[in-house]
Amino acid sequence: MDETGVVIAFWVLAIMTIGSALGVVGARNIIHAVVFLVASFLGLAGLYVTLSADFIAVAQMLIYVGAISILLLFAIVLTPQENRNNSEGFLRLPALALALLVGAVMIFAAVDTEWAIADRDGFEETASAIGDALLDKYALPFEIASVLLLVAVIGSIVLVRPEPMEEDE
Amino acid sequence: MGLLAMLLEGEWYDFGDLAEQIEDWGAPDEAAYVLATLVATVVILLWAVLSVLAFIWIERRVVALMQNRKGPNRVGPAGLLQPVADALKLLMKEAITTAGADRILFWAAPIIIFVPTLAIFAIFPWGENMVLADLNVGVLFLLAIAGINTPAVFLAGWSSNNKYALLGSMRTIAMLISYEIIQVLALLAPVLFVSSMRMADIVSWQEDYVWIVLIQPLGLLAYIIAGAVEMNRSPADNAEAESEIVAGYHTEYGGIKFGFFYQGEYLAGFAIAAAVVTLYFGGWTLFGLEEWIPGWSIFLGKLYTIFFIYIWSRGTLPRLRIDQLMGFAWKFLLPLTIANVLIVGAEVLIWRENELSSWEALPAIAVVNLALGVVLFAGWARFLGHGKGTQAASGAILTQEIGTVHFKPAVGTEAGS
Repeated sequence: MDETGVVIAFWVLAIMTIGSALGVVGARNIIHAVVFLVASFLGLAGLYVTLSADFIAVAQMLIYVGAISILLLFAIVLTPQENRNNSEGFLRLPALALALLVGAVMIFAAVDTEWAIADRDGFEETASAIGDALLDKYALPFEIASVLLLVAVIGSIVLVRPEPMEEDE
Repeated sequence: MGLLAMLLEGEWYDFGDLAEQIEDWGAPDEAAYVLATLVATVVILLWAVLSVLAFIWIERRVVALMQNRKGPNRVGPAGLLQPVADALKLLMKEAITTAGADRILFWAAPIIIFVPTLAIFAIFPWGENMVLADLNVGVLFLLAIAGINTPAVFLAGWSSNNKYALLGSMRTIAMLISYEIIQVLALLAPVLFVSSMRMADIVSWQEDYVWIVLIQPLGLLAYIIAGAVEMNRSPADNAEAESEIVAGYHTEYGGIKFGFFYQGEYLAGFAIAAAVVTLYFGGWTLFGLEEWIPGWSIFLGKLYTIFFIYIWSRGTLPRLRIDQLMGFAWKFLLPLTIANVLIVGAEVLIWRENELSSWEALPAIAVVNLALGVVLFAGWARFLGHGKGTQAASGAILTQEIGTVHFKPAVGTEAGS
């Protein structure tokens, strides 16, 4: 069960992820681009599953597919229509060159690095391992992140507060 | 012969037995996985479709009884064939695609909503060892699948090329996201008690100690209310408030495409009911009765009972206004569920640190949580200005922002926003 199944799953998911990522930049309609992006997120979640990182996989689904995509969709809907579509801009060729360069660097790094292979088995339960790490070793960054989120929440409440209405009793 | 014996001797759904049986036949180990998955998927699919068909009839009859009507009574004996006729009608109807609609997304949206909802049923233990995918992040998976529906609702509304559909989908998304937070916080409490997100662990914990409903009444209430929003049911069916936005995000959908939405809504309802049963009411166990009758029948009995509560509330409660519903989530349920999580955390900490036995800890926790739940519920409602007899009508003023309603408090009270 182990090898063949996982290999097939990996290739299917990899093609899905990369194919949809190409769709994101290729799609003319920007809502379609978001749909491709969601498919790419889902493929990535599947790749996490093949790596036995089930907590990360489900968190990816919950946060990226469920929440980030909604953020993107709302941002698009609130943007004026004429600027909305993936039109051909003058930055097309520079962007292509830059993307190729980044890709080349990443491929070089991946091929050139001597990947260390851990000599212990994977975690039985990733969720509890992550919980232990967050509340023990990484407690301070975790708390700082939560303060940051609190600031963001308060900031958004301040931003959308309506102007105090005049009392006309 | 072997298969028949296995079916008759029970435990046929036990994966271990199946694997042994398959090994006896000389098939490779993988076959057991494949066979078990296939069988479970087909059974769940069949169950889902049949249950939806049955409950369309039951719900219409029950709601009709509650409202002093007759309900469907012409097609077949006592109208029993009405859902079949409805299904046939939906299949035969022309599947209209509106002009200017985004064809691909318009077709894809109902399927994107329907399929993930089916996947939820894979994680519930239907009986002992009778679970398709016993994920160790089961509770989180439940929430993640609910989250997938949110962009699908937007796609349905946007691709229809209809103002009302878009407005309805925006409204639905606002509701779903707000109540998703309530769901997460409400489900955190059982997870804290059990210290596992695996559904089977949660059920066996409840078998060992006590049903979580007894120590989590406030959390259950919050989850049931949030579930009603999630499955888009009255009193929270603002997504298709006919008097306001025609039919919400599926205004333009007809025929079998609408059928998918309809089925998806029912299945979401069953999924919420199954989650309530598994997380709060002991899943497939019933005080030892599971020794005598199969666990899945207990599970289904509980599931239908919980679902009946939703039918009941649909038959009796009026629909809330959208701002009331959102305010209820953010101003009322959110502080309550956060307080609930804090209380549960403190209780679990005291329990563990003092190494109390469960017989000492659990009755105290049950009493404290019930009392605190009532006090918090009543106190917070009073703090927000309800129950003082000062609910004078306050005038709603539409501000320039679309959809924002600002409430001018009635003179002399601090009620309203």
